Amino acid sequence: MIRYVSSRLAMAAVMVVLATLVIFLISNTVPGDPVLTQLGDLAASNPATVAEFRHKWGLDLPLWDRYWIFLSGLAHGDFGVSIVSRRPVLEDIADYAPATVELASVAFLLSLVVGLPLGVMAAVKRDSWIDHVARALSLVGVSAPTFWLAFVMLAVFYGALDVAPGPGRLDPVSFPPARITGLLLIDTALQGDWDTFHDALAHLVLPSIVLAGATLGLITRTTRAAMLEALSQDYVRVAKAKGLRARIVVMGHALPNAMLPVVTLGGLAYANLLAGAVMTETVFSWPGLGRYTFQSAVSVDFPAIMAITAIVAAIFVLVNFLVDLSYALLDPRVVKK
Amino acid sequence: MSGIAQRIVVPVVASPSRRWLRRYGLAAAGAAIIVAWLLLAIFAPWAAPYDPNFVDVAGRLKPPSSVHWLGTDALGRDVASRIIYGARISLLVGFTVVLIGGLFGTLLGGAAAYMRGWAEEALMRLTDLVFCFPPIILAMAIAAALGIGTGNTMIAMLVVWWPKFSRLARSLVITQRSLEYVEAAQTIGFGPAHILLRQILPNAVGPLIVLVTLDLGNAILVFAGLSFLGLGVVPPTAEWGAMVAEGRELVQQWWVATFPGIAILSVVMGFNFVGDGLRDWLDPHARNR
Repeated sequence: MIRYVSSRLAMAAVMVVLATLVIFLISNTVPGDPVLTQLGDLAASNPATVAEFRHKWGLDLPLWDRYWIFLSGLAHGDFGVSIVSRRPVLEDIADYAPATVELASVAFLLSLVVGLPLGVMAAVKRDSWIDHVARALSLVGVSAPTFWLAFVMLAVFYGALDVAPGPGRLDPVSFPPARITGLLLIDTALQGDWDTFHDALAHLVLPSIVLAGATLGLITRTTRAAMLEALSQDYVRVAKAKGLRARIVVMGHALPNAMLPVVTLGGLAYANLLAGAVMTETVFSWPGLGRYTFQSAVSVDFPAIMAITAIVAAIFVLVNFLVDLSYALLDPRVVKK
Repeated sequence: MSGIAQRIVVPVVASPSRRWLRRYGLAAAGAAIIVAWLLLAIFAPWAAPYDPNFVDVAGRLKPPSSVHWLGTDALGRDVASRIIYGARISLLVGFTVVLIGGLFGTLLGGAAAYMRGWAEEALMRLTDLVFCFPPIILAMAIAAALGIGTGNTMIAMLVVWWPKFSRLARSLVITQRSLEYVEAAQTIGFGPAHILLRQILPNAVGPLIVLVTLDLGNAILVFAGLSFLGLGVVPPTAEWGAMVAEGRELVQQWWVATFPGIAILSVVMGFNFVGDGLRDWLDPHARNR
């Protein structure tokens, strides 16, 4: 087990370093020019200004030197300075990350709480109305464009019915709580500011439903398929033949065996939620990492893009590592191979 | 399940046609949707009632009516015509990205599995490497860096698109390569390229076709998303994602953003229906259920 874990860990570390190289090469060999986007046409026509700008941001150094600077900076927790905001990228990210973490976590919780039982029930009551509802829901969930779903939800529940609050994390009149974790729900609860807590919760409803859509669909589908597979196994027939109650057969025998693919998918889905937040955050004016990423990409802000992609890639590798570990825990056969 | 006298469930034997309908009805509906969109895309100049870029400021933001079936947008352009022309770009990008990316990934994964040893290890680590980036973020970074335009966005998508195919192809080839017919082919003296392309691939192609079908919808979704963010097409090109973006603020004039979104939804669902149907058809277990 220890050998398995350490070899996976070493692999993960190598992947992260290689990932930074890929990001670096992509952002430095493509023709996008931060000089032009930052200085504007007029200033960019003056060679002296351009040279000064390039020198200031280290754009005149050879490629490998720049990669080395980037990498040794990363090792010290220095992700460089954003060309747009002129602040350390890590500070920017620390500011924007909590909003996304809060949104993605609520969305993930939502898709688990709805998706798992729905998938199990759909498999147990195959071809019943609940199966049809589950399949239709998951199909729409994975097929609907997130950005469009966000628009429709806002138009219906905010624009037409006026039962949900508008975009943003809080009403403009609400005072944001003093920052402890940056997660509004936790910060307000800690400070006993329940009015703001309710406001933050209300603002989370629509975006988290939208963001959960695709994940919910995937989790329902995977759970249903895995449960159908498990329910057709011999040990389920044996358990039924022994006279065990249906609930125990489903929850005690079939479900644990059906969890493996769901865990893989669930782990990746959470990491994907963080990335998928780009669309949702754009429509809901959510001040999170997704919007920050988008803005950095549009303004060709290399340090910011590189840092975000590196961090997200690292999260992906970490999640993959955790998924591998949980495999080993759920299925002892994995380690033996 | 209580008591001795249990209900005896006699399976109702449905007539063959009803059974076919239950099993492949959705797939047939999906195929119909896709064919309809393909025809609309090909014959857009005849199918569209108006020029998609004809600006009519006096007739802007008109609700759906008998003159403009799906209303007009902020510049008075006919929404229905723009949706029909938009099908061209979405379908073209979807097919191009999935076919080229799928071909590249399949060949790479298949070759890796067949070569084994360090070559396999190197190719699969490369796959893992690209796989550890969330596609939309990497594609966004590349698309932004290359500059806005349909071609550049397709390049960005291709860079991130192939790894899932190489993973699937590798696992398919691994299961096939130990089978006797491969050994027979090797004994006869066929070369590796012949064995891989002419012997193994045809036997392993089923799951790949399923992935291609499901993935076409996915590619259309991602491209529409990039377009929505302004990283896809150059305005005023009619494209579904960009059209939703244009109507995003117009909550009162809901038709501007709603109908292009329904177009995306219908195409993606169509490909999902067909992909699911194909998977059931190829899987004997599912077929007998």
